[in-house]
Amino acid sequence: MKKLLLGDQAIALGAINAGISGVYAYPGTPSTEITEFIQSSPVARERGLHSRWCTNEKTAMEAALGVSYVGKRALVCMKHVGLNVCADPFVNSAMTGVNGGVVVLVADDPSMHSSQNEQDSRFYAKFAMIPSLEPSNQQEAYDMMKYAFDLSEKQGLPVLMRVTTRMAHSRAAVEIDEQPREQNTLAFPQKAKDWVLLPANAIRRNNEVTAQQATLEELSCASQYNSLIVPAQGGHYKQGVITCGIAYNYLMDAFESKVDFPVLKITQYPIPKKLVNELAAMCDEIVVLEEGQPIVEELVRGTLPTPCTIKGRLTGEVNRTGELTPDGVKATFGLPCKVVYAKSEVVLPRPPALCQGCSHRDVYTALNDVIKEYPNAKVFSDIGCYTLGALPPFRTISSCVDMGASITMAKGAADSGLFPAIAVIGDSTFTHSGMTGLLDAINSKANITVVISDNLTTAMTGGQDSAGTGRIESICLGLGVEPEHLRVMLPIPKNHDELCSIIREEIEYPGVSVIIPRRECIQTMNRKLKQKKANKA
Amino acid sequence: MKIDIILAGVGGQGILSIATIIGEAVMNEGLYIKQAEIHGMSQRGGSVESSLRISSQPIYCDLIAEGTADVIISLEPMEALRYTPYLSPEGWIITSNNLFANVPNYPEAEVLKNELAKYPNVIQIDVEGLAAENNMRKSGNMILLGAASKALGLDYSLLEKAIATVFASKGTEVVDMNIKALAIGLENAK
Repeated sequence: MKKLLLGDQAIALGAINAGISGVYAYPGTPSTEITEFIQSSPVARERGLHSRWCTNEKTAMEAALGVSYVGKRALVCMKHVGLNVCADPFVNSAMTGVNGGVVVLVADDPSMHSSQNEQDSRFYAKFAMIPSLEPSNQQEAYDMMKYAFDLSEKQGLPVLMRVTTRMAHSRAAVEIDEQPREQNTLAFPQKAKDWVLLPANAIRRNNEVTAQQATLEELSCASQYNSLIVPAQGGHYKQGVITCGIAYNYLMDAFESKVDFPVLKITQYPIPKKLVNELAAMCDEIVVLEEGQPIVEELVRGTLPTPCTIKGRLTGEVNRTGELTPDGVKATFGLPCKVVYAKSEVVLPRPPALCQGCSHRDVYTALNDVIKEYPNAKVFSDIGCYTLGALPPFRTISSCVDMGASITMAKGAADSGLFPAIAVIGDSTFTHSGMTGLLDAINSKANITVVISDNLTTAMTGGQDSAGTGRIESICLGLGVEPEHLRVMLPIPKNHDELCSIIREEIEYPGVSVIIPRRECIQTMNRKLKQKKANKA
Repeated sequence: MKIDIILAGVGGQGILSIATIIGEAVMNEGLYIKQAEIHGMSQRGGSVESSLRISSQPIYCDLIAEGTADVIISLEPMEALRYTPYLSPEGWIITSNNLFANVPNYPEAEVLKNELAKYPNVIQIDVEGLAAENNMRKSGNMILLGAASKALGLDYSLLEKAIATVFASKGTEVVDMNIKALAIGLENAK
């Protein structure tokens, strides 16, 4: 049966059919739809698969390791920067190894459509010494899920599957032909000591995993998903191309499927060196097309047994940063671009903005009114819709770095004498990574004012459940916020003066204050109203 | 055959509903489809775009190269103009002429209209006006699709069938209204 699926949905369905017992994830563009698909899948529900959102990527990765410990299969999903958050359990999961299969699906966002950086997750796989996969189309994304879990269990290692925005968020018809595999039954690890990473065990495991790298490379060379495609006439060529993941598609489009030179299509890592050497032996030069950072280009350069020039992002033939584009790849090969009409001069940029009626608008309006009374005031902010408070008409915030950095940066600035130091963070970001920073601030009695702009959801990624909904106050009190400096209010235009006086009072309090303006996200509220209306009809 | 379509609009206007209908229309015709979209900040009044590629041959790339799009379908005139570098020389622009002026210094309606008129194949249509006049405020996107149906070169009945399938769960009234909207769009496409 053929189904029109987003790359993310193909991955989700592939994982269900590969017999996972659960998905563990925190929302993040462009990975969110994977978990959402599993949450709404009747098959997943019937099988009792875990799919509830986790508090952050680290808790997700660790829970998945627990699933693996008892012999079952788990999928972990995140966006690329989420892998930084779970780097500790991720890297160490290669040291423990896995019992049930673990696939860590990471969605990179080259060109930063909605991210802070362009980091390439393939570096992490190499760093952790585990295999990684990079499907080139939606069908492969589906098929490779089962392959990834089998590989994980056979090699006793987690497998990283890396996709990029254009794979995650592009639809194509996918052939779905199989019945879901049965879930694994409960079975404890045979090598129980591997899971206790005391130095004695860890040293042994480190040697084992290091020695295993040769096997992983052999598997890459033999993989059905890596292929050296050589034109029938054979001989020696001026140019060959290495494509990684979806880069293959740009090449095929640029040459209208008529490629008359050898191509090494890589979708499984570690890099299949034997195949690279074979390619190099038949070419004068190799162009490396990869989405993201030039990891293959770097690793191949200078390691070839025959003279061969390597071209790519580092040498300027491919754009140094940003995702690949059809026109960019055409330019790489000197093919003509067909553009006819220039962009019209009347077109203005139309950046995203906070929704009309959004509660963050009320928060920023009040903050702006109060902080103009304090010439040195700085507002440190965080990752979420409210980051748009950096843009006109608000221009309130001075920073946005990573999940949770608003509170800790405000603390550091206050420690060094800034007054007033204000943090603005959302409810979901607060439970993701803000709570520990707040504890630091309380323990050192930092003079900061924290605004937890609570819209009762993870709004930026489309309104997923937020881990602390209904318990934000009790979390703050439990961490040690003084009850009289924990202020909850309703941010609506009518309450503007009230919000201003609360902010003013708490700025003036020399210690940690938390203000919680709470009003439901306008998008989730409208969706619920619509649903209610539909249910009535 | 191949049709490369750029769908454009402002976050929240629902350009993807048009993609869904076209996708459904060709899905069972033995044609290949790729449709790329960007999620994330799309709910928030920024420009949004989706590439929809249809072909009788396998499609590799998710994106459309500059100068090769056969049709730009836009729910907003300035957004239609944003993507003209993608348009092929003979390509069509089908756009609503209803402005979504949420940025400072937004151009006058007349300026946009004249700018669009410079292209050889353009249909500008008052989607909101037609929707209001025919008491089908929620079917504006189908009016626009109807206006684009000739340029798409797809069998018109396939689009009707797709509407019937996609809106089936919402009842025959909704299906009929959207099929009517499609027809109104076709009629008013000049």
